[in-house]
Amino acid sequence: MDRAALTTRVLTLLTEIAPDVDPGGVIAAVNFRDQFDFDSMDTLNFAIALHRELGVDVPEAEYSQLASLDKCVEYLAGKLHAG
Amino acid sequence: MRIEYRMPALGADMDYGTVVEWHVQPGSRFKRGDVVAVVETDKGAIDVEIFEEGVVAQLLVQPGTKVPVGTPLALIEVEGLAPSPALAGEGGGEGSSPSPALAGEGGGEGSFPSPALARERVPAGRVRAPDSSARVRISPAARIRAKELGVDISTLTGSGPDGAVTRDDVERSAKGMPSPPPSPSKLGEGVEPSPPPSPSKLGEGAEPSPPPSPSKLGEGEKKTMRDAIAASMSRSKREIPHYYLSLTADVTHAVDWLAAHNAAVPVTERLLFAALLVKAVALACRHEKGFSGFYRDGRYEEAPAVHVGVAVAIRGGGLVAPAILDTAIKPLPTLMQEFRDIVARARAGRLKASELAAPTIILTSLGDSPVESVFPIIQPPQVAIVGAGAVLPRPWVCDGQLVVRQLCTLSLGADHRVTDGRLGAQFLGRIARLVAAPDSPEWSAT
Repeated sequence: MDRAALTTRVLTLLTEIAPDVDPGGVIAAVNFRDQFDFDSMDTLNFAIALHRELGVDVPEAEYSQLASLDKCVEYLAGKLHAG
Repeated sequence: MRIEYRMPALGADMDYGTVVEWHVQPGSRFKRGDVVAVVETDKGAIDVEIFEEGVVAQLLVQPGTKVPVGTPLALIEVEGLAPSPALAGEGGGEGSSPSPALAGEGGGEGSFPSPALARERVPAGRVRAPDSSARVRISPAARIRAKELGVDISTLTGSGPDGAVTRDDVERSAKGMPSPPPSPSKLGEGVEPSPPPSPSKLGEGAEPSPPPSPSKLGEGEKKTMRDAIAASMSRSKREIPHYYLSLTADVTHAVDWLAAHNAAVPVTERLLFAALLVKAVALACRHEKGFSGFYRDGRYEEAPAVHVGVAVAIRGGGLVAPAILDTAIKPLPTLMQEFRDIVARARAGRLKASELAAPTIILTSLGDSPVESVFPIIQPPQVAIVGAGAVLPRPWVCDGQLVVRQLCTLSLGADHRVTDGRLGAQFLGRIARLVAAPDSPEWSAT
């Protein structure tokens, strides 16, 4: 999966967890928390969705890697490549 | 026997609800706990359950219709409730004694079923069909009109709140017209749910509103949710003499315990710190009385079961506090699953009526914000609310040494008509002790 496809996939998952988020309006470099009040429940649901949809297990200690779209894609690309 | 299924009150300040969609049709069988309809309220779209078994006879209200609480929505044929001799005169105006099903009803001015009663004694929506004259609820204006027109009020079916007979019902009857369902000729007259209408206005208006989008709350819904919060919190500040306590707890051990637990289980079974808080509040309520219950008509009644409501912030504004039912007896993994589910549905605007009506106490956790502590406001008719600030590393004195620990400031807003600071301190102290040690025997012993 290339970066563009991965980004699309992540955005889709994001809007499944937070249906009130406009995927077109997400700023890639800004933390989800600052952009749309992402909280610990959202982060947990996001981690569960990533595991279910992409088979990537994100340990709790690495949740900070999921903080923004940029970080997320970077982190997942590494994980998927390694896996 | 055939009974009316009525628009339930899904909270103290709900006067109207809009049937958005029916999940049943005439002839549909239903069992206890089935969701029969989706009702749009100021708290979002709510899945309304039924607490009977039987068959739908007739739907009385079309989707899109806004009706007052208590309006008959459907006629249902209920099983296992054969008319008893005492009920033989039902509808005949012979003064039959009220059925047990009605015993818990009619809670005075507010006339909404109590949240606890709605679930445990008077299931939402369940009211026995056309009643005897001994039980006719009628407004003074309607009673006068009935006298003028020579209408026997015992023959009327009320379309007002809790089945109250309205002036319109009387006039319809005098003209030989059937009373319910609420007249569609009133559609679009612009009756708004807030400010709370006077009792005389109830039962007059029926207004269509667009069905909500299934996945998120629209601006209109956020506005009505804001109105509902305003009504509830204004009432709280007006009526409830709050006292507030706060306590900072060293939760380092709990944080470590959670991290170890979450590292050892699959991602779907990870726990949040907030889940520990929910459970701790519920366990503490079983020991300390006076915090989990309702204050109504000048007296407090402890709820028989603890249902902790969790305050869920809606992105872009708004707040709703659905309950995790029977919180105290649920194991943490189950509680966490339900917590995740309820937050997701709260944000998507799909809560169940029983969840919204049920809370006996609320937990508001601002753990994801930089806020250290919250001074929470009680949601009437409840009598207490527990708040929690962020868990943060802070300086702390431990065995005479200054150390860095994970601290969380817990707070309590409680009703001084029911408890005092001393009891509140015991309650909050117990919550803090429980949260700090989720592996202590106190958790499993209860």
